[in-house]
Amino acid sequence: MNYERILLEQVLEDERFIILTAENRAALRNLPEILKNKFIDTGITEQTMIGISAGLALRGRIPVVHALAAFLTMRAFEFIRTDIGISNLPVKLVGSFAGLLSEANGPTHQAIEDVALMRGIPNINVFCPADENDMLLGLPKILEYNKPFYIRYNNMKPDVEHTEFAMGQPEIFGDGREVAILVYGALFGQAYSAKQILESRGIEVKLINMRTLKPLNEETVVESIKNTTLIATIEDHFINGGLFTILSEIMAKNKLSADILPFAFKNKWFKPALLNDVLTFEGLTDVQLADKIEFYLITKRVKANA
Amino acid sequence: MDKKIIQLEKRALKVREHIINMATDGGCFIGASLSCVEILVYLYSGFLNLSKNNLKSANRDFFFLSKGHDVPALYGTFAEIGFIENARLKNHLKTNDDIYWHPNTKIPGVEFHSGSLGHLISVAAGVALDCKLRRSQNKIIVLLGDGELNEGSIWEALLVINAYKLDNLLIIIDRNQFQANARTEEIIPLEPLDRKFESFGCSVKSINGHDFKEIDEVLKLFPFENNRASVIISDTIRGKGLPSLEAKADRWFCNFTKNEINDLLIELNSGKKTELHSETLTVR
Repeated sequence: MNYERILLEQVLEDERFIILTAENRAALRNLPEILKNKFIDTGITEQTMIGISAGLALRGRIPVVHALAAFLTMRAFEFIRTDIGISNLPVKLVGSFAGLLSEANGPTHQAIEDVALMRGIPNINVFCPADENDMLLGLPKILEYNKPFYIRYNNMKPDVEHTEFAMGQPEIFGDGREVAILVYGALFGQAYSAKQILESRGIEVKLINMRTLKPLNEETVVESIKNTTLIATIEDHFINGGLFTILSEIMAKNKLSADILPFAFKNKWFKPALLNDVLTFEGLTDVQLADKIEFYLITKRVKANA
Repeated sequence: MDKKIIQLEKRALKVREHIINMATDGGCFIGASLSCVEILVYLYSGFLNLSKNNLKSANRDFFFLSKGHDVPALYGTFAEIGFIENARLKNHLKTNDDIYWHPNTKIPGVEFHSGSLGHLISVAAGVALDCKLRRSQNKIIVLLGDGELNEGSIWEALLVINAYKLDNLLIIIDRNQFQANARTEEIIPLEPLDRKFESFGCSVKSINGHDFKEIDEVLKLFPFENNRASVIISDTIRGKGLPSLEAKADRWFCNFTKNEINDLLIELNSGKKTELHSETLTVR
């Protein structure tokens, strides 16, 4: 099973589904020929594609629209907000090459504010799968959900088996109480591996794969971070408006405080390069993450004993 | 036909009265509302397959007001054809209703909200595309302002409309020669406008947008050509019906006193120019 196959089956089984793209066909190579007029390529026109999808949805369709995440969420931002957000039409917005996945394209293509932008629009929900397997588990339920959704497309090959998807429910690995790592999207694999490294060094870790950042079952988040010594948030996003912000909001609302170590891009774009090189350059490999988390814990212990 | 035109003109006069009555207690975009009255009245007086009873039907026609600030003309028309109660117009700008400076879908007959310019041509194109896919014979009409044509998204949408041969779509331009603060040709010249649309693949006709006979004749020709969207450039006068406001750059958004409104209503019927003292709001 792959992404294209799920879309194909949806469209063939349910006449409401229709596929659009602003000439971004990377994940849709085989669909034009099979779907014929249920596959609509609007050319490099993100704004028009969103307007058209609103019109199609007015007629009862469920458009699944595709573009590079940077241009979908920013070039067409006001169209998404105004035509999809205000009307609450069930358009599915699929942004590809989001976050680190833009690799060597450079800052023009870096969608690292997409989560902040999309979650900030009333009615628009956000799904950031950890890898291809995670994406395919969530996709059918996201497509059925009668609300607009932004999907941060991620076809990275999985290192782990994911559990069944439940709307708004993060996926939790382990029950360590020393460190809680919150992560979404492309950095999940590094975070998962960092957990294993930390555990091999005798540090107890719980890993939380956020999956949908909106809607989000806040109780699950509160429960999973309670009584931990340190919370780390890991995301390929600017530090403002993403996971670190979401966690901060939840903690403020619940009168919680804790040591938080955020991994995110702080007021800068990341170094354009191939993925593995970006990870190393930006300090986001599993070992680098584990080292920084362990260093934080040691420093905290030293200060406490001083 | 003459009898029908007399009825349409009566209805247009009533709609203009509604618009004038909304230009106080906070005001409205009166100038641009007055320029598109005849088109709206004609469309909703039998041309569009739209009635209070079929607003949810998939086979009805669709009308999109992309120049959303003209909504007093739309609501005035809705009041006259019975989509909404006449009395409801008195709720203009009140929090107990949803009648404000731009359209809201809570008002029966409003297909989609607008206000941000350059949006509804693509939304209308989406509806037109779906009607084509379903081989459904609906007419889809979108009304654009001429100032609105500054927005790049209009021209982007036209490229896609041409690619998908949406000949069930009619684009009407309310060519009242003004954008918010000045004449279009003084800010961003649009002429030759017909050739611009033609070069984007549309089939274009121009009419006097205040003449019901011309409107009737041209609309009967829709769709103008197979495989091409139709465009009507409707030449109009901003502020039409009120000589004291007509084609005046500074009469865009107006908020008049009660006395001025009374005088403007007299002016509408007599042509006697009103002495206006209210401050002109050119920015909103």
